[in-house]
Amino acid sequence: MRELSLHILDIIQNAITAQAKLITLDIIEDRQNNWLTVTIKDNGKGMDEAFVKTVLDPFCTSRKTRKVGLGLSLFRTAAQYCEGDLTIASEVGVGTTVTVTFRLGHIDRAPMGDMGGTVVGLIIMNPTLDFCYGHQCNAQTFTLDTREIRAQLGDVPLNYPDVVEWLKAYTAEGLENIVGGVNTK
Amino acid sequence: MKSLEQLAAIRKKALDTVNIRTERTEGTRVVVGMATCGIAAGARPVLNAFTDEISKRNLSSVTITQTGCIGVCRLEPMVEIYTPGQEKVTYVNMTAEKVAEVVHSHLVNGIVINQYTIGAMA
Repeated sequence: MRELSLHILDIIQNAITAQAKLITLDIIEDRQNNWLTVTIKDNGKGMDEAFVKTVLDPFCTSRKTRKVGLGLSLFRTAAQYCEGDLTIASEVGVGTTVTVTFRLGHIDRAPMGDMGGTVVGLIIMNPTLDFCYGHQCNAQTFTLDTREIRAQLGDVPLNYPDVVEWLKAYTAEGLENIVGGVNTK
Repeated sequence: MKSLEQLAAIRKKALDTVNIRTERTEGTRVVVGMATCGIAAGARPVLNAFTDEISKRNLSSVTITQTGCIGVCRLEPMVEIYTPGQEKVTYVNMTAEKVAEVVHSHLVNGIVINQYTIGAMA
């Protein structure tokens, strides 16, 4: 995949399939130490120890339709190209945490890509789930927590058109602020 | 600047204009294939194009959701449209440009674009 955000989208789809109600995504771009860390944590049904051991194998999957499952192994390969790795911690009934590291400045590291589109897309498609997205860069952090948004909205769903517009603008603005560059507005 | 406080105004407006709950349950569903195959083939731009077009036209009865692998990975990105009382329509090899046409023709005017459907590929 050409963007890290696409890998992230893919792994979060796993969390949704695992019936998670809250999905936490944390991205830390540590320019000083040259590390990029992506953590995806869910409170879904989790995996037992034996399954965790085999889950990175591309020929391992929980679905019944066919015998391949490439998402995690593709993400791990992308990380390993960049001196990083992918690790999984999971407990049945508690949830799963996937942690992926990259050398931030590695020449093979794919660009972050459209994180805003990824996160807002996930929220719109899953208005009943909660997402907590934190993105840290240059010692600044942008946070988008659907629990806070829901508290303001009451009964109005997260995929209501005006809310969608707000989510897009809020995320784009927040990410622009932390990633830096000259703000011309 | 966007702030969380603006949401309260959106809420007030939403509650004033429509009865969200009853309208939501009966609308059309747009389902985007979001497995590894779909994502790698470009499902996200397709999804974002749908949300843009739908909010531009204020189609508040249309909901967008995802599914796993539909099973024909070579035809991804795929989109299924479920309209109550009608047969499901599956669009294949979708692009953001095609989405604008599908929203205009199918979702607004109810005319299926046959050449983009899976039937045209078989």
